[in-house]
Amino acid sequence: MSLKNNIPKGPLAEKWTNYKSKMDLVAPNNKRRIEVIVVGTGLAGASAAATLGELGYKVKAYTFHDSPRRAHSIAAQGGINAAKNYQNDGDSIWRLFYDTIKGGDYRSREANVHRLAEVSTDIIDQCVAQGVPFAREYGGLLHNRSFGGVQVSRTFYARGQTGQQLLIGAYQALSRQIANGNVTMYNRHEMLDVVKIDGKARGIITRNLLNGKIESHAAHCVVLATGGYGNVFYLSTNAMGSNVTAAWRAVKRGAYMANPCYTQIHPTCIPVSGEYQSKLTLMSESLRNDGRVWVPKSVKDAQAIQRGEKTGLDIKEEDRDYYLERRYPAFGNLVPRDVASRAAKVACDEGKGVSKTGLAVFLDFASAIQRYGKSAALSQGISDPDAGTVLKLGEKVVEEKYGNLFQMYEKITGENPYKFPMKIYPAVHYTMGGLWVDYNLQTNIPGLFALGEANFSDHGANRLGASALMQGLADGYFVIPYTIGTFLSHEIRTPMISNETPEFKAAEKEVKERIQRLANSQGNQTVESFHRRLGKIMWEYCGMSRNEEGLKKGRQMIRELRKEFYSDVYVPGSDTEYNPELEKAARVADFLEMGEVMMLDALNRNESCGGHFREEFQSQEGEAQRNDADYTYVAAWEWDDENPILHKEDLEFENVELKTRSYK
Amino acid sequence: MKLKLRVWRQKNNQAKGGFEVYNVEADEHMSFLEMMDVLNEELISKKKEPVAFEHDCREGICGTCNMVIDGRPHGPQKGTTVCQLHMRHYKDGDTITIEPWRVSSFPLIKDLVVDRSAYDRIIQAGGYISVNTGQAPDGNAIPIDKEVSSEAFDAATCIGCGACAAACPNGSAMLFTAAKVAHLGKLPQGKVEHKKRVQKMVGQMDKEGFGFCSNVGACEVECPKEISTENIAMLNRSYLGSMLSTND
Ligand SMILES: Cc1cc2nc3c(=O)[nH]c(=O)nc-3n(C[C@H](O)[C@H](O)[C@H](O)COP(=O)(O)OP(=O)(O)OC[C@H]3O[C@@H](n4cnc5c(N)ncnc54)[C@H](O)[C@@H]3O)c2cc1C
Ligand code: SF4
Ligand code: FES
Repeated sequence: MSLKNNIPKGPLAEKWTNYKSKMDLVAPNNKRRIEVIVVGTGLAGASAAATLGELGYKVKAYTFHDSPRRAHSIAAQGGINAAKNYQNDGDSIWRLFYDTIKGGDYRSREANVHRLAEVSTDIIDQCVAQGVPFAREYGGLLHNRSFGGVQVSRTFYARGQTGQQLLIGAYQALSRQIANGNVTMYNRHEMLDVVKIDGKARGIITRNLLNGKIESHAAHCVVLATGGYGNVFYLSTNAMGSNVTAAWRAVKRGAYMANPCYTQIHPTCIPVSGEYQSKLTLMSESLRNDGRVWVPKSVKDAQAIQRGEKTGLDIKEEDRDYYLERRYPAFGNLVPRDVASRAAKVACDEGKGVSKTGLAVFLDFASAIQRYGKSAALSQGISDPDAGTVLKLGEKVVEEKYGNLFQMYEKITGENPYKFPMKIYPAVHYTMGGLWVDYNLQTNIPGLFALGEANFSDHGANRLGASALMQGLADGYFVIPYTIGTFLSHEIRTPMISNETPEFKAAEKEVKERIQRLANSQGNQTVESFHRRLGKIMWEYCGMSRNEEGLKKGRQMIRELRKEFYSDVYVPGSDTEYNPELEKAARVADFLEMGEVMMLDALNRNESCGGHFREEFQSQEGEAQRNDADYTYVAAWEWDDENPILHKEDLEFENVELKTRSYK
Repeated sequence: MKLKLRVWRQKNNQAKGGFEVYNVEADEHMSFLEMMDVLNEELISKKKEPVAFEHDCREGICGTCNMVIDGRPHGPQKGTTVCQLHMRHYKDGDTITIEPWRVSSFPLIKDLVVDRSAYDRIIQAGGYISVNTGQAPDGNAIPIDKEVSSEAFDAATCIGCGACAAACPNGSAMLFTAAKVAHLGKLPQGKVEHKKRVQKMVGQMDKEGFGFCSNVGACEVECPKEISTENIAMLNRSYLGSMLSTND
């Protein structure tokens, strides 16, 4: 099957406007007769469900959470980008478009990314109108800050809780539509299958998590906004419940999984402290504005720190290696995420890690405290401040800027980051890959759409900071409400879909059997232990750097683990009650297949780009080497139990020139 | 460290519940929920039913986790959710009692899990600004005083966890409701619907069976986001005001 991306013709900057004004619409009286299912009520899903409800569609929305307000989107800290150019610093739609394409290492679609940049400005307006309390200047206007890898200030934020505030906004808009009767909300319902009738997506099968009932829900089309799959690595910054099941079930029904190997590993997270660890905590990227990253120059010093005989403070200035500043003088500590993460790995692989496990580097604020302290003293008229005053004033400035992050760090590690340098290590954070979609955000299954982190569409091989929130809300508020019409305008004569057709019955039966099989698993190992082992395989062979041999081995190991899972997992309780272990078992079962496709995709991509680093393809200085001649395409995988099939969508660049990213 | 846990176990809302005692070996670096994970892994490997509890972000922002620890919602540490509580605050030999939120408007589901959908319905009653997608003016069209915006933000940080009602001897949802009323009511965008919003949300709160507020103040003490009871004062003023003016 060839992949038609359905990008409209015409000049880049006019495509979306022209397309929108000419596309087929569904008239208001017809909308009332059309049902839409939205699965997932994070930023992407809640904004979509609310907007489709406002437009008059009959919407049914689903989440496995107890409330839409709990979605993983709530945890986003740093901010959301928009090309408002409120700071008058030369930002524009073109610049945001260009930064995103370049940041993505030239592996995303021009037309999608340009549209994203265009609608970014509307998002801010919408959120402000909903009451999102963005940061403001003294004059009452909106404030911005700058984020990794760009030269303008275009990030809007609400302290360190931007995701929370945006999600609450979308949740409230959704709540209003629920109250108005335009959206029916199904909390604690987990989607376990997509139902196709005559090739079109017409509904889903869900499990009611309170009583285990398997139910069929029908509609004219289905929208998936079910988030990313970072938890395939077990340890990640994602919420514990984030999973791939909805997308994976679509894949099992024929949808394609695009670029699954593109994973974002965030450089500044709190390191793993022990085997019991359940998740990792992000320390915002903004810390790299003032923190300097280093390890000891000598392995001997590092070992002393690892044994607890020395601390960072005992290492003299000349014995420290500020390796980012050394390797990347132009960008220093502010290199993009993928570059910073790999450099930390290199340092730790050389034995220079600075924690008990040897897997941590320092993020040091001592120089910033000195610098801020001195300038604060000056501005207070103290021309010759003593060391104590400088320290006190400097710590105060740092506290104003990063207080909540420092506090969070101390809560988790028990160490005071004002006194001792922070210890950080990279962790899995975001997945650029996802369901393949065309320009309309429709998968290769007609009537099945995918939004937000669940699709692959806009970030190429690496996502820039503050762009996921932008994409989720762009998809939900401003893209899908239009593009869904390209499918639904042909369905206005289709009567309400019944959930009692043979297709629904058959799918229900399959789901029941799958769940019962898991519920009756009486082996000896816990679900959690399998998930942890899968995570270790993924991290070892498909993590920050990959190679052919490891990927082949990893794939084999996953297949064996999958077999072992089905023969020896133990799931307590029954399938007819509230049973979190059973939910987890079903999700881990799907991760055990997803992991294999990730390995395959990484193996296929004989180049290094963005978050995908293949050891065989690097320059002499260890920098990533892309292969534009052979790999400027989207890899879309069709599942097959034996050998998944690769489909390619060529990426055409008509407006930007492909260049090697350099941060030296 | 060795700990003794007294955990509330209850199969479902109809069943009779009671405390079970478990011994668990914890590490001071663990979070409280990781300690619960250890307990559950142990129970499962002995083929016993794990303790059902809810959690998701484990960063103190989603509002999912909820446990009453030694009589206090979210445990002993100020401004901290259960998921952010760490074991270094306990010592070898401690006994810890763990119970669910006990609020009649949050019916029990299993063990420590309760149904907090009543809070969703309070928001649905009017906790929003009525603006459709695409109707918004430019984001900078209405300047908002930094202070005002910051006050609205403080109220908006509520995570909807329900600790306020769990802490309140009357089982009142006043702090939660007041936080939303204040968040929206302080902003110019939200002022238009303010009176109506107050009436509808308070009405829904009563309908859900939450108790009345008698200014005990326990909610503010236990709120992990340290939402101030001053918001309740604002709600009360607005409620009275809205009752005196004509009802539309
Ligand atoms: C710690 C952290 C900080 C971040 N900070 C930023 C930031 O500052 N800026 C930025 O731009 N991005 C940030 N990101 C990334 C960003 O938060 C996410 O990519 C984005 O929020 C994803 O939104 P979503 O709507 O696609 O999915 P989610 O918010 O993950 O929502 C998924 C929804 O789908 C539902 N669901 C899933 N599967 C099923 C199923 N089978 N059945 C029923 N329902 C289902 C869930 O219940 C949920 O409602 C951050 C991410 C993390 C982890
Ligand atoms: S007001 Fe505080 S205690 Fe109540 S729901 Fe909000 S965050 Fe929780
Ligand atoms: S698990 Fe999210 S607040 Fe505790």
